[in-house]
Amino acid sequence: MAEALETFPRRMLHHASVRPRHPATREKDLGIWQSWSWSEVAHEVRAMACGLASLGFRRGDHLAIIGDNRPRLYWAMVAAQCVGGVPVPMYQDAPANEFVYVLNDARIAYALVEDQEQVDKMLEARPQVGTLAHVIYDDGRGMRNYEGAGYEGVQSYDALVAAGREFDRANPGFFDAEVAKGRGSDVSIMLYTSGTTGKPKGVRQSHLAFITAAEGGASFDALTANDSVLSYLPMAWVGDHLFSFAQWLVTGFTINCPESAETVMTDLREIGPTYYFAPPRIFENLRTQVMIRMEDASAVKRAVFRWAIEVARRCGADLLDGRPVPLVERLRYAIGDLVVYGPLRNVLGMSRIRVAYTAGAAIGPDLFRFYRSIGINMKQLYGSTETCAYCCLQPDGDVKLDTVGIPAPHVEVKIGDNGEVLVRGPMLLTEYYNRPEATAESIDPDGFFRTGDAGLFDADGQLRIIDRAKDVGRLSGGAMFAPNYIENKLKFYPHIKEAVAFGHDRDRVCAFVNIDLGSVGNWAERRGLAYSGYADLAAKPEVIELVRQCVEEVNAELAAEPGLAASQIHRFLVLHKELDPDDDELTRTRKVRRGFVAEKYAALIDALYGGARTQHIRTQVRFEDGRAGMVEADIRIEDARTVAVDAVRKAA
Amino acid sequence: MTRVIGDVILKLENISLAFGGVKALADISFDVREHEVRAIIGPNGAGKSSMLNVINGVYRPQQGTITFRGRERRDMNTHDAAAQGIARTFQNIALFKGMSVLDNIMTGRTLKMKATFLEQAIWIGRARREELEHRARVEEIIDFLEIQHIRKTPVGRLPYGLQKRVELARALAAEPSLLLLDEPMAGMNVEEKQDMCRFVLDVNEQYGTTIVLIEHDMGVVMDISDRVVVLDYGRKIGDGVPDAIRASRAVIDAYLGVAH
Repeated sequence: MAEALETFPRRMLHHASVRPRHPATREKDLGIWQSWSWSEVAHEVRAMACGLASLGFRRGDHLAIIGDNRPRLYWAMVAAQCVGGVPVPMYQDAPANEFVYVLNDARIAYALVEDQEQVDKMLEARPQVGTLAHVIYDDGRGMRNYEGAGYEGVQSYDALVAAGREFDRANPGFFDAEVAKGRGSDVSIMLYTSGTTGKPKGVRQSHLAFITAAEGGASFDALTANDSVLSYLPMAWVGDHLFSFAQWLVTGFTINCPESAETVMTDLREIGPTYYFAPPRIFENLRTQVMIRMEDASAVKRAVFRWAIEVARRCGADLLDGRPVPLVERLRYAIGDLVVYGPLRNVLGMSRIRVAYTAGAAIGPDLFRFYRSIGINMKQLYGSTETCAYCCLQPDGDVKLDTVGIPAPHVEVKIGDNGEVLVRGPMLLTEYYNRPEATAESIDPDGFFRTGDAGLFDADGQLRIIDRAKDVGRLSGGAMFAPNYIENKLKFYPHIKEAVAFGHDRDRVCAFVNIDLGSVGNWAERRGLAYSGYADLAAKPEVIELVRQCVEEVNAELAAEPGLAASQIHRFLVLHKELDPDDDELTRTRKVRRGFVAEKYAALIDALYGGARTQHIRTQVRFEDGRAGMVEADIRIEDARTVAVDAVRKAA
Repeated sequence: MTRVIGDVILKLENISLAFGGVKALADISFDVREHEVRAIIGPNGAGKSSMLNVINGVYRPQQGTITFRGRERRDMNTHDAAAQGIARTFQNIALFKGMSVLDNIMTGRTLKMKATFLEQAIWIGRARREELEHRARVEEIIDFLEIQHIRKTPVGRLPYGLQKRVELARALAAEPSLLLLDEPMAGMNVEEKQDMCRFVLDVNEQYGTTIVLIEHDMGVVMDISDRVVVLDYGRKIGDGVPDAIRASRAVIDAYLGVAH
């Protein structure tokens, strides 16, 4: 049985035979949810696969897939796999010139795209992509004039399927024979890494890798065919491929495609998925919307809401984890559930959610706790494209805020000598496409994949990710120094927008802090504190006190964590200007450029470590219209209280 | 281009319109061909909106004749115009602010509804069937203009660019053969204008709708129209394809002023 289901196409045929009428895919179209059963999907995929074959698509060929989450694009991935091909989903919002690199790198000859917009991009890229012969589009709107010279090889999805049915009639045994040829070790998909470090690399994953990852996750969270997910994240992202494709075909549950990118929140409410996956920023936006609407509510409603959220904060997460909670609190929570949490979950479209995962970036403890406390089983997972987004999962009943959970089924995780997280298991990549040296570099002699992340296991065997391994340094005393980890802790406070921690080869940690103008400005207005602008606000003694509280709280947290007590922030300062990509202090994706900042603000760093109380600084800034100007300020350098390291060590 | 421009469907001959002593339109003649995009341009107060108002019967010209689909008449009346497939949008948005986008667009279907008031009130038989059909048609338009996300939003809460789009949707709901657009892109930013241009061209291409539009943005006019009429102080000073208009001395003078 297991042998027979070693590829995704066989999984699809399996579902079509055991649950033919069960909805496999839904999409909201013209205001109505349309649904396709497994047998209908299998019928369509068969025609599509034969259609591709009629165009000359053969085993090992690549099929580019570009567009929003549309049912036909998901089916096309299975169709390509049926005839032994490799689907290559690409980020749909990239401009034509960025497609050129990936299309060439993957030697794409066949592309299945969503609509006119994507067809135009393909046609624009085609002069530089010699291989691109066939462009198939799903939505025919605006495509009436795409024929004749310059439009060779452009055809509609309907034409492809019609040709496929013809081909199927002429070669009746073809489809089944092709599916039977597939092996679990064949490459099932090629996903491109985001390319923040150099050019994007094509990560090739086998059927077996993704099926193992999907099965592991499904058994871990007891997913069944009756689950339902909303598929709205980019199809080129490994997370979507695991949740909306691999697990879809492994468990046979229903994927739901939203009407458009703008309607996702409404669609979420209508579908009420049982299983949900989103990056932290989406959860953050949802909560912010709720909080803003509560600010506008009547005084009575606000009071009830505040009371209920306070109750939830005290005991909600414990109830979810099944820990003992006093009866009185249980009663209070039950009332809260009736009047606040239940309706709130409903508004968020999360009434039926059994498991909600978040991954992709660090999530603030406050945010994480908020969702768990109102009864949404939110968990984190850890993984990367090279590991099918599958390394560690948080187990039900034992979710900790600061870890990414325990190694997932079939996965081995260990910490390398340099603190780097190493993983091994069947979910590892087959190779980077056409880059044997990169493949060899990423996997150590024992077969462990180097994740590039630094982490450590806590006492319960849960993995904590600290930082990118290349950023991790050492204090001169020998203790580990993980700047991003410290900065993230600071940035989780809404008043702090950006932070830069220093400490590599120094005796202690010091930090720059950028206040968040919106949040701190609002705070200042509420207490009648007048200020003239960013620099003025940042220099207010009250604001510095506010930041000090945050820093000292972070210090207390760090002191309590094994190995990080020495990373407490001894001195800090509040910068007079925002770090800005226009001034080259941040990258365009808003990551701090440490070297540049250290050089530009050397005087301030010297003051932090030299013991001065204030330091004068003059820096150039670039305005939005491109002009440059100078700002100068006297910046106060503050000491922060630290928790005695020795005391903590003894206690531990 | 597969779009084929057909015969003349609307012909205006010697139209004159005056409000008391003010001559809004003086002896103007031009025609509109089936499936074309016809622009009317001119400086402020040139009589452009008056011209549209004459075409769909809001104003009655004192002189001249209007020939629409072979029938010659002294003036149009608004109900007749709508019944014959002429729909329009307004310079100042004229939507029901408190109603949802969906309901606003549904009002565009009014003339297509055959059920009696009583049937509609208790929503039985024909009324029910009709409503489902109309809703399906409206959903197609919503999809076409990409406004699914605001389907249930009250129009008053929408930004200007979207309201303009909703107004176009309502006009399309009447399934017009001739669509009059009064400054569809006024007050829009570049991106909104590009979207609107695309929608206008898509409507023209997909539904074969003939379009007469008034527009100030010369780039837009020259890009999307097949032929252009130029008005100035109620007189016609130019008529032809965009390239000819661009080169016309009279038009340049009207727009830039003349040294006397």
